Amino acid sequence: MIRRRGSRQVEEEAKTTGERVDHESKLKESDTDDAKSNEQPPQQQQQKKQNKKKSKGARWGCIDSCCWFVGCVCVIWWFLTVLYNAMPSALPQFVMQKITGPLPDPPGVKLRKEGLFAKHPVVFVPGIVTGGLELWEGKPCADGLFRKRLWGGTFGEIYKRPKCWMEHMTLDNETGLDPEGIRVRPVSGLVAADYFAPGYFVWAVLIENLAQIGYEEKNMHMAAYDWRLTFQNTEERDKSLSRLKSTIEAMVQTSGGNKVVVIPHSMGSLYFLHFLKWVEAPAPMGGGGGPDWCSRHIKATMNIAGPLLGVPKAFAGLFSAEAKDIAVARAIAPGVLDNDIFGLQTLQYMMRVTRTWDACMSMIPKGGNTIWGDADWSPEEGHACSKSKLAPDDRQGSAKIKQESPVDIGPHGKPYAHYGRMVAFGKEAAVLSHSAVLEKRKGSTKVANGELRSNGSCGDVWTEYHELHWDDVEDIASRDIYCAEDLVGLLRRVAPKLMIRGEENWGFGVADNLDDPKYKHFRHWSNPLETLLPNAPDMEIFCLYGMGIPTERSYIYKVSPSTDSCNIPFRIDTSADGDSEGCLKGGVQFVDGDETVPALSAGYMCYKPWKGKTRFNPANSSSYVREYNHAPPANLLEGRGTQSGSHVDIMGNFALIEDILRVASGWSGEEIGGDRIYSDLPIWSERIKLVL
Amino acid sequence: MKQRKVSKDSGADFGNPQLSDRSKNSSDTDEHDSKPHHQQKKRRKKSKVTRWSCIDTCCWFIGCVCVLSFVLAVLYHAIPESVPQFVAEKINGPLPDPPGTMLRKEGLLAKHPVVFVPGIVTGGLEMWEGKPCAHGLFRKRLWGGSFGKIYTRPKCWMEHIMMDNETGLDPEGIRVRPVSGLVAADYFAPGYFVWAVLIENLASIGYEEKNMYMASYDWRLTFQNTEVRDASLSRIKSTIESMVQTNHGNKVVVIPHSMGSLFFLHFLKWVEAAPPMGGGGGPDWCARHIRAVMNIAGTFLGVPKAFPGLFSAEAKDIAVARAIAPEILSSDVFGFQTLQYIMRVTRSWDACMSMVPKGGDAIWGNASWSPEEGYDCSQKRSSTENMTEDTIASANSVPQECADDDSAVVKGVHGKPVAHYGRMVAFGKEAAVLDYSALHKKETPPKTPPSNRTMNSSASCGDVWTEYQEMEWDNIEDIASREVYTAGDLVELLRRVAPKLMARAEENWGFGLADDLSDPKYQHFRHWSNPLETMLPNAPELEMYCLYGVGIPTERSYIYKISPPTDSCYIPFRIDGNAKGDSEGCLKGGVQFVDGDETVPVLSSGFACAKLWHGKTRFNPAGSPTFIKEYNHSPPANFFEGRGTESGSHVDIMGNFALIEDILRVAAGQTGDQLGGNRIHSDLLNWSERIKIKL
Repeated sequence: MIRRRGSRQVEEEAKTTGERVDHESKLKESDTDDAKSNEQPPQQQQQKKQNKKKSKGARWGCIDSCCWFVGCVCVIWWFLTVLYNAMPSALPQFVMQKITGPLPDPPGVKLRKEGLFAKHPVVFVPGIVTGGLELWEGKPCADGLFRKRLWGGTFGEIYKRPKCWMEHMTLDNETGLDPEGIRVRPVSGLVAADYFAPGYFVWAVLIENLAQIGYEEKNMHMAAYDWRLTFQNTEERDKSLSRLKSTIEAMVQTSGGNKVVVIPHSMGSLYFLHFLKWVEAPAPMGGGGGPDWCSRHIKATMNIAGPLLGVPKAFAGLFSAEAKDIAVARAIAPGVLDNDIFGLQTLQYMMRVTRTWDACMSMIPKGGNTIWGDADWSPEEGHACSKSKLAPDDRQGSAKIKQESPVDIGPHGKPYAHYGRMVAFGKEAAVLSHSAVLEKRKGSTKVANGELRSNGSCGDVWTEYHELHWDDVEDIASRDIYCAEDLVGLLRRVAPKLMIRGEENWGFGVADNLDDPKYKHFRHWSNPLETLLPNAPDMEIFCLYGMGIPTERSYIYKVSPSTDSCNIPFRIDTSADGDSEGCLKGGVQFVDGDETVPALSAGYMCYKPWKGKTRFNPANSSSYVREYNHAPPANLLEGRGTQSGSHVDIMGNFALIEDILRVASGWSGEEIGGDRIYSDLPIWSERIKLVL
Repeated sequence: MKQRKVSKDSGADFGNPQLSDRSKNSSDTDEHDSKPHHQQKKRRKKSKVTRWSCIDTCCWFIGCVCVLSFVLAVLYHAIPESVPQFVAEKINGPLPDPPGTMLRKEGLLAKHPVVFVPGIVTGGLEMWEGKPCAHGLFRKRLWGGSFGKIYTRPKCWMEHIMMDNETGLDPEGIRVRPVSGLVAADYFAPGYFVWAVLIENLASIGYEEKNMYMASYDWRLTFQNTEVRDASLSRIKSTIESMVQTNHGNKVVVIPHSMGSLFFLHFLKWVEAAPPMGGGGGPDWCARHIRAVMNIAGTFLGVPKAFPGLFSAEAKDIAVARAIAPEILSSDVFGFQTLQYIMRVTRSWDACMSMVPKGGDAIWGNASWSPEEGYDCSQKRSSTENMTEDTIASANSVPQECADDDSAVVKGVHGKPVAHYGRMVAFGKEAAVLDYSALHKKETPPKTPPSNRTMNSSASCGDVWTEYQEMEWDNIEDIASREVYTAGDLVELLRRVAPKLMARAEENWGFGLADDLSDPKYQHFRHWSNPLETMLPNAPELEMYCLYGVGIPTERSYIYKISPPTDSCYIPFRIDGNAKGDSEGCLKGGVQFVDGDETVPVLSSGFACAKLWHGKTRFNPAGSPTFIKEYNHSPPANFFEGRGTESGSHVDIMGNFALIEDILRVAAGQTGDQLGGNRIHSDLLNWSERIKIKL
């Protein structure tokens, strides 16, 4: 009663001064009116009374108004929810059709009308990060999370118990396997990677379209694996490769002998390359499927955005836990990621976790300078990353630069982007011509500082950087330029433990002689430059990827200014911007690709080393390159677009889905149109002198 | 807008009189010495008050509720998860370790891969292709999980969950498929576990997905059709093979639940049969791949409940509901014909027929005899009451009176009328309780002249269609006049009322008892899921377990009546919910009960292990060892225990610690003898003794 009266009095006072607009804004108004009425000196009794009122009003009005406000919000929210639920689900689509004209049929519906029908069983191989992981055994802090997702899905637990979550996601830094007492395992089934997070599809759109031409779970399989492990360890620990083998065998058998179409995405391409070798290798190390297993079971491998030759981003991730996004964030708000402000060392934690994930190393650029270029040369040089925007009259800028003498000017009138210099310390090292860099290097001097970086105060964040001497840091930075070949050596210096595991499990080079028995080791199976394709002449290999988006290719680093010994000593130099052909921005030079994987990495293998009968493809399996030009979604209602070419969104690209559906229903690579290339891949491939 | 105008004009007159009254009072008390211009102000104030207070109060109230619920939600999330457990421990002492933790401490570790075979109804189904009404439900669950969609679009849901009544397969344009993976049946509905507890305990001794497999299948289809349509059997075969191979050659332990036992029996035969019909695994496939089959509450000989489900879409629960509130389920009240819909859907599910009682009179008894007779379903209660002379006397006296009333009732050993369980279906209570001879003496009432009226009045039934609508009224009366149907007659009875259903059934299921198992006709898949018509595979080391709960009254036989005609669409037969009696079978609501796990009678789940397969018999030529483990039901002691750790009921037994321990031990490599061999609480051995079949 009292409470209600209080609220009424507030309103009464409000009424005396002004008129009312609507009851939404009443709250605010009544407060101000109240204040106004206090200023006026009315009659004494009135004032006394008003004082009484005021005290009551002050005591109750606030809580009251709060409650009232919350009530309003709740009511409106409920109302909207009801409305939203009552609205037919076709409405957004309807609105969109009004705006953009009738939508095209999804490819599944279209091809069903054409009469296509499910023929070959389909196997999906998800990439890194997209597969879900769940907890099977954990520390007490993870109580109640049994068989709940730690990765993928809602990620609810990350926010509630970040330390606990991190402890469970980290692998042992010696073995690269589970820490004692923790078992985190991949989710199995289509749910493993259909959506990465609620509403963020990965495979879901493709699955739905396949279902429309008759696929269901008996002829669709998600080859889920723990993407943190080395590929061979997924077999050692989880039997993932064996399970994939037996599933494929069963699917071929139950679908009338039709071979499977395998669709790897991103790192899944490397994983499946590994599988192809594993399955035919003899038993202790391999699956013992015999030399013709692939030709008997696999019709086609359709790599979507496969980083067959690695991804430059992977190096930056391992080296300084950075990629473009983080580097940019740091440039905009330099303090945010520093430990001083929040007291948490986000990047260090991130680095510690990701460095225990062996699979990250599978994507370090492979093939060394032969593929990626050196300080003087790179296959992509001459590519103008802003081609589409740049008008030809933009030569004045280049004229200006010409005065900075030792810079090479490319065919577009801009300074060359020396993509081959994968890591450069300082902008100069990145843009100057090679001779100038060498000149500069002679002049540099070294300051001796033999202190160990770590002094034990870094808390429980541990990165191998703390075991590094200051000298080493300086020394590393003083070398100026690191090419693709040098990256592994560089990582070995800063992270010896990581690289011990790395060398045991991955090969990064180019094989001179593929008959060398050392290439029988599983280490080389996922490197396309160190393995032969299986003896399967009928098997088709597709490289499908998006292009038209600037993609990270090389980095400009600096020694990070911080004196804090727990800091990561190297940072991308975000202040390095420039007008080079590589659109140097934020310390990163860009090249054509799908935002993550450069076109060279995704397409080169299919375009050259696997094309025709080469030493990498002795059985003459046919290979096809199909590029998808990126077109961003036209408006918000389109979501992530049906013509996207970006690394993950391409999974919803209608043209890509159509190609996959056609192959799955029995078409050959020639029938869907053979190669389709928009990028400069042919020119670049020409420049790479690889013995075939 | 309107409201505001009115209030300005008419002041206090507007609005809720109570509120305006109250406001008057309050302003009176506030303003003792009011002046004229104050009065004016007061009026204005009053009008203000009436204008705002109602909406205000509402908002204020809702706000309070919201805030409170927020606070409670925050509090709830803030309390550590161990609090309920802590409270429970305070009340009934420290909880025992779950079996997984206990056995891990004992040093047991995962050895044999484990395969789960879920039963009927518990497996999830999801939609892969549907009608426009199911837009947006692609790969969403239609069965299991949250069931959210049932409530929003029931008709659409029903259309999708139903099968074609001719083929027993998908209707045109609809594909509903089983969910795969452990999620298929770990929880049936949120919070209602099926396999989850067992999975968690297995995980604590080291199991994970590489050595655990949920053999999910579409439980609506015939078992052979799951292979024809989904290749389910082939997938189970290849998964088992690969699990054995990747686990150092350790054979699998299979754990079927409920109807899963029949499904797996079918699989055992299928996998060794020759390719066109079978899986072509060769004659020693089972011996090479399977170490043990641990049937939990297996419905080997069928479930009496399955019959009323098909016959009148009823079971005890529905019959009781009808007795209490007769109108609720009839079509007149709500305008929808719930039972008819249920019947129409369930009759399209062929798998329901796999559980019609098998073996006929030889197993289930006839009008004058049944294996369980003499069992007193209220036994337990009276024994705890310590059986004083008085209670015995009174127990004796009651049936005495009964016997005086209708002399033809036979008393059993407990001094109560014998429950004639063998009369699976009786029309009228008399037919159920009278002595056999008396039953025959009773003169049959004169037949009503044939009316030739079909029940079907075509259009008025809407889209509900059951085969009853094609029956003639005469037929119905004729069926009822036969009074007693034994197990052997049930199939015939179903054939009369649902010819299409039975046409499919006869092609897919065998309900009999084989005289000569070597007869080539038993090579047909129809007989594979009937333990009385198949041999166990030639696997002398394969252990067969029958694990089930006992101590709960379980439906065994029914008393029916012709339902009073309401409209032409109703189901003509009903369980007679009024039939109660003090017989040994605790006749109640038209149902007689026997010992079991609430769904499956002991005889059905235990007889196969107790006798049929025990030792070297013609049903078990290889002499595979069999073990029976019964789990005495004891309901959860208090609310905190949830569904209990000592439950014996059909589904809750999956959380029974003793059962889980037994399974874990076998999975970790122990044999049935190491587990302690048979453990029998019920009268199973007596009853088995009474069943005379050639072994």
